[in-house]
Amino acid sequence: MKVLVPIKRVIDYNVKARVKADNSDVDLTNVKMAMNPFCEIAVEEAIRLKEAGTASEVIAVSIGDKACQEQLRTALALGADKAIHIETDAKLESLHVAKLLAKLVEQESPELVILGKQSIDSDNNQTGQMLAALTKRPQGTFASKVEIADGKAVVTREVDGGLQTVALNLPAVVTTDLRLNEPRYASLPNIMKAKRKPLDVIAADTLGVDLAPRVELVRVAEPAKREAGIVVESVEELVNKLKTEAKVIS
Amino acid sequence: MSVLVIAEHENGVLKPETAKVVHAASKLGAEIHVLVAGHNVGSVAEAAAQIAGVTAVKLVDDSALDHQLAESTADLVITLAQGYSHILAAASTTGKNIMPRVAALLDKSQISEIVDVVDADTFMRPIYAGNAIATVKSLEAQKVITVRASAFDAAGEQAPVAVETLTASVENTSSSFVGVEQTESERPELTAAPVVISGGRGMQNGENFSLLEGIADKLGAAIGASRAAVDAGFVPNDMQVGQTGKIVAPDLYIAVGISGAIQHLAGMKDSKVIVAINKDPEAPIFQVADYGLVADLFDVLPQLEQAL
Ligand SMILES: Cc1cc2nc3c(=O)[nH]c(=O)nc-3n(C[C@H](O)[C@H](O)[C@H](O)COP(=O)(O)OP(=O)(O)OC[C@H]3O[C@@H](n4cnc5c(N)ncnc54)[C@H](O)[C@@H]3O)c2cc1C
Repeated sequence: MKVLVPIKRVIDYNVKARVKADNSDVDLTNVKMAMNPFCEIAVEEAIRLKEAGTASEVIAVSIGDKACQEQLRTALALGADKAIHIETDAKLESLHVAKLLAKLVEQESPELVILGKQSIDSDNNQTGQMLAALTKRPQGTFASKVEIADGKAVVTREVDGGLQTVALNLPAVVTTDLRLNEPRYASLPNIMKAKRKPLDVIAADTLGVDLAPRVELVRVAEPAKREAGIVVESVEELVNKLKTEAKVIS
Repeated sequence: MSVLVIAEHENGVLKPETAKVVHAASKLGAEIHVLVAGHNVGSVAEAAAQIAGVTAVKLVDDSALDHQLAESTADLVITLAQGYSHILAAASTTGKNIMPRVAALLDKSQISEIVDVVDADTFMRPIYAGNAIATVKSLEAQKVITVRASAFDAAGEQAPVAVETLTASVENTSSSFVGVEQTESERPELTAAPVVISGGRGMQNGENFSLLEGIADKLGAAIGASRAAVDAGFVPNDMQVGQTGKIVAPDLYIAVGISGAIQHLAGMKDSKVIVAINKDPEAPIFQVADYGLVADLFDVLPQLEQAL
């Protein structure tokens, strides 16, 4: 079974994003970048499927400018067999990303596509579902467990009311939630080895996808600041303040 | 012009998110139709018909729509989508699952988790774990939107409008429901409770969450948790508050033994009043707290229960 793992380069999750002074966007100059944490979980899951003998090949793909090759090398160091960089400088929406990935799915015919449920920059939570729709595949979103057997993926999903399990006919699309696995770190020898693994570059504009924007970013602003609070000395003082000052309990 | 709101429901009950999405939809200045899609959901449709501002309810009751699996539900929605300028659903795990599929099938972008409606084309939404608020303008004639329910008040009630029953020929041959593990709780739902008390890694284990229960009982509160507490197995996943868990905005949020990571703050910093109890005076949670109590939670939680 071939597994395709789309990954995204994003702001490091420990870094607090700052808004540009002209409110045009978030300022990413000199900000530490990393693989989106949910994508790390997707890579890990794919590698585990390979280690278990379920997957035969793991292909990592990333869409963006040259810099995302860094994250593809990380995926290779973690155990992906091959990487594909779909190169573009365009600002893409989830639908564009899903359409580009759909072209790759056509070419590579993976039985499973596994990707993060959301990226921590745009917080959209769309790409996996859109890719599933465009490739007419069933989807198992927000997965905390994935089992492959008898031509099906049985996916346990983290939902608002608890856990839901669905069975998907393969080929299918799965998106990862936090508790699917704990990603490993790449070892130094594997980082060295990754440099020799294949990384193909495809120009996005050769894939025949219309990348014209459908949503315009008008303005980016800081969220409303909370007024500085106070430190109370005791439970008694706290309860008193909540009753008489904040008036949120009676 | 009219807009379509996809009703959020579970076990034959309309969920409170729907009235909040209807409120958001009412800002678009159009007729509001609600689609109730599911199996054995007649009572959901009747409840939806009583949300103020709703002008029509469309009911599709079909076993192929049971459990609102994304494949069949999205197929249904696109057959009904024509003529609607906006299609909206709550940014719940159900809405998040279905709507991008709807959008892609309609060849539309989706605007996720709006927190405000500027005009019929323009919306505000948090990005980067809520550290920035983007104003985005859709250039498309038809918009697919999910709504952060905590950002909108619920629409009120009205005398019921008519429910129109539709038959649909949807089927689902690619996915099937296997089972559900539902967390049973007598408490109010996290996203709807006026008071939320959440525990973090500082709680040390699941049993210690009982220290929060007595307080929650007295305050009519829901109990939440940080990711660390869920990952450690103290409590189930559906209690996670944060960027990738539930977004809450209660009148009162009490964070106990939670450090206040960006990702946790993203889920609760719009609460009206925030209380933090943490033994580390440097914990970032104090930067957003209205009232901070620097103390060992094992000392002060029993005192707090007593004092209420
Ligand atoms: C992609 C991604 C998504 C994430 N999504 C979420 C999310 O949705 N929600 C979320 O919560 N996190 C999320 N996180 C995790 C987040 O970064 C933090 O790791 C997590 O919130 C920490 O949980 P915590 O505050 O309980 O634990 P810690 O950071 O370990 O804090 C524990 C706190 O308890 C205090 N404490 C300990 N003992 C006591 C005591 N006896 N009395 C009083 N105080 C005590 C300590 O001083 C400390 O401040 C996400 C992370 C990533 C990478």
